[in-house]
Amino acid sequence: MYKYDSYDQAMVDARVEEFRDQARRRLEGKLTEDQFKPLRLMNGLYLQLHAYMLRVAIPYGTLDSRQMHALADIAEKYDRGYGHFTTRQNIQYNWIRLEEAADILADLAKVEMHAIQTSGNCIRNISSDHFAGAAADEVADPRPYAELLRQWSSFHPEFSYLPRKFKIAVIASDTDRAAMRLHDIGIQIVQNEAGELGAAFYVGGGMGRTPMIAPCINSFVPLDQLVTYSEACLRVYNRYGRRDNKYKARIKILVHELGAEEYTRQVEEEFAHLLDQGVEPPLAELERIKAYFEDPLFEAGTPETIDRSDPDFALWVDRNTVPHKEAGYVAAVISLKPVGGIPGDATAEQMRLMADLAKDYSFDELRVMHTQNVVLPHVRKADLHALWTALDEAGLGSPNLDTIEDIIACPGLDYCSLANARSIPIAQKISERFAETGKTATLGQLKLKISGCINACGHHHAGHIGILGVDRKGVENYQLLLGGSEAEDVSLAKITGPGFDENGIVDAVETVTSVYERERQDGERFLDTYRRIGMNPFKEALYG
Amino acid sequence: MRLLTGNDLKTGAVTWWTGSDWSIHVEDAADVTGGEDEIARREEAARRVNSPYAVDAEMHEGSPRPSHIKERVRALGPTVRPDLTLKPADPDIGNWVI
Ligand code: SF4
Repeated sequence: MYKYDSYDQAMVDARVEEFRDQARRRLEGKLTEDQFKPLRLMNGLYLQLHAYMLRVAIPYGTLDSRQMHALADIAEKYDRGYGHFTTRQNIQYNWIRLEEAADILADLAKVEMHAIQTSGNCIRNISSDHFAGAAADEVADPRPYAELLRQWSSFHPEFSYLPRKFKIAVIASDTDRAAMRLHDIGIQIVQNEAGELGAAFYVGGGMGRTPMIAPCINSFVPLDQLVTYSEACLRVYNRYGRRDNKYKARIKILVHELGAEEYTRQVEEEFAHLLDQGVEPPLAELERIKAYFEDPLFEAGTPETIDRSDPDFALWVDRNTVPHKEAGYVAAVISLKPVGGIPGDATAEQMRLMADLAKDYSFDELRVMHTQNVVLPHVRKADLHALWTALDEAGLGSPNLDTIEDIIACPGLDYCSLANARSIPIAQKISERFAETGKTATLGQLKLKISGCINACGHHHAGHIGILGVDRKGVENYQLLLGGSEAEDVSLAKITGPGFDENGIVDAVETVTSVYERERQDGERFLDTYRRIGMNPFKEALYG
Repeated sequence: MRLLTGNDLKTGAVTWWTGSDWSIHVEDAADVTGGEDEIARREEAARRVNSPYAVDAEMHEGSPRPSHIKERVRALGPTVRPDLTLKPADPDIGNWVI
């Protein structure tokens, strides 16, 4: 894992003291809320529905146990004993006091964490594949590249006031586990025929009000030009992005309005101009960063077989573990989606347990998934039973990865001041309904995603089944969408028709799953069946 | 009726104008119809509230109930965590919100 050098630490420490002074001045009345708001947002502090909310950055979702313990301590000391893992691999606390916010940032800085770049019109915390460094199918660990871009983007003076927020994801396999093409810039580290590594750039994707899939604008940027090319992409956007209209200010609108070809031409022109300007850090810096992401000392010859005599354990292994590049190991997913629970929430105790288990069984590493679960990336198969037993006792052993119970849900109207409708109760009711009817297993992979408003933090456009909460004359109403995917087979979901009320939407989800069960052919997932038969059979079942 | 609401500057807690002070309980809220702008200006300047604004409400079983669900969720707390609401002991409190 990356460790701060003295520059990183000095920057973060200085930012804590700067914010401490800003907060003091606000409390003393020397700053108005209008003056203070942009300053607090630069430090991840929002004013939300019930209190201040602090969003803490978890760069590319990677944590060690010391950091997870610090997050648990913050939940207990400054909040109400829990935190919420988000779809951008971050964590949010919902009940923060302004008078304590600087102390929290100071506690975070002690474990090399901060809340910078979690708000505002800057390059946000960079996300990545949660199985990075463990996945059998990656051409390289994508995190050193994400870290390089983190260092480039942090406090970048030119990109601190972009037309709008800017999200970058970096992956390094053909399987997309980071919704890469639904980011402002998606970067895939690829290998060419000569065996050299480079970066494919996908620019102008996003969800929100106007969802778009990013087109590929360059399929191979040499790695010693990665930062320069990123800078060129940002420069064109910073210059021509629509600052006159908040709803048209994201880069996806610029790329769409110019056309991918013209945008690319402008980027290439800017890139040519930048090439001899000394933007690119020396490759030695990338090598220095890479050294922090060396493989841990995997044990050779550790057993491949798993004792599957306990059926509950066997089910969890089948559902929640994924193949690892190293023989005898798997990556294990800790579900934060108990039936009827709040997706992504974890108590301080649960965070501590996950931290301790990471230390005991996963070389001290954890990952936050954009699907609001947590990964222990390097677990010996021989340790799985002990791991599962500990998780199960703490209510963290739900065997439901990628099933209809593994729902992404944004905080919605229960916590979010921008929301139109609640998301969490819908997720709770759906997981309860399917657990009750026992249909979860038979439905197989089915990704259901819920957002409480058009901003799409719950990725509803990318759900095999998506749900969008809307406000219909002050009453919560839910639109149903079908056919989205955030993976390598990326697609945007389509609305089925008129929306449903709180109970109706749960019935509607059951109805569309019944159509799938009736229509599916061998081995088809819900998404495959939808793509084959189209929307009409689902519409007929829903609306008659 | 109109209620004036905002957040406590230090703690961020949701507060309601009672006619003479701020309370975290919406049932203490006073009708501010016509006077909301002036009270908001004065109280914000004195840092007794952060970002105040007025909302519509009706009387319901003897106390004010905001007209919009968002304000009712603000008033009470998250519907999915009754233990963290202002009335954790009342099993029916969710009905007040919905
Ligand atoms: S999608 Fe809307 S309701 Fe949900 S967290 Fe984002 S802004 Fe809030």
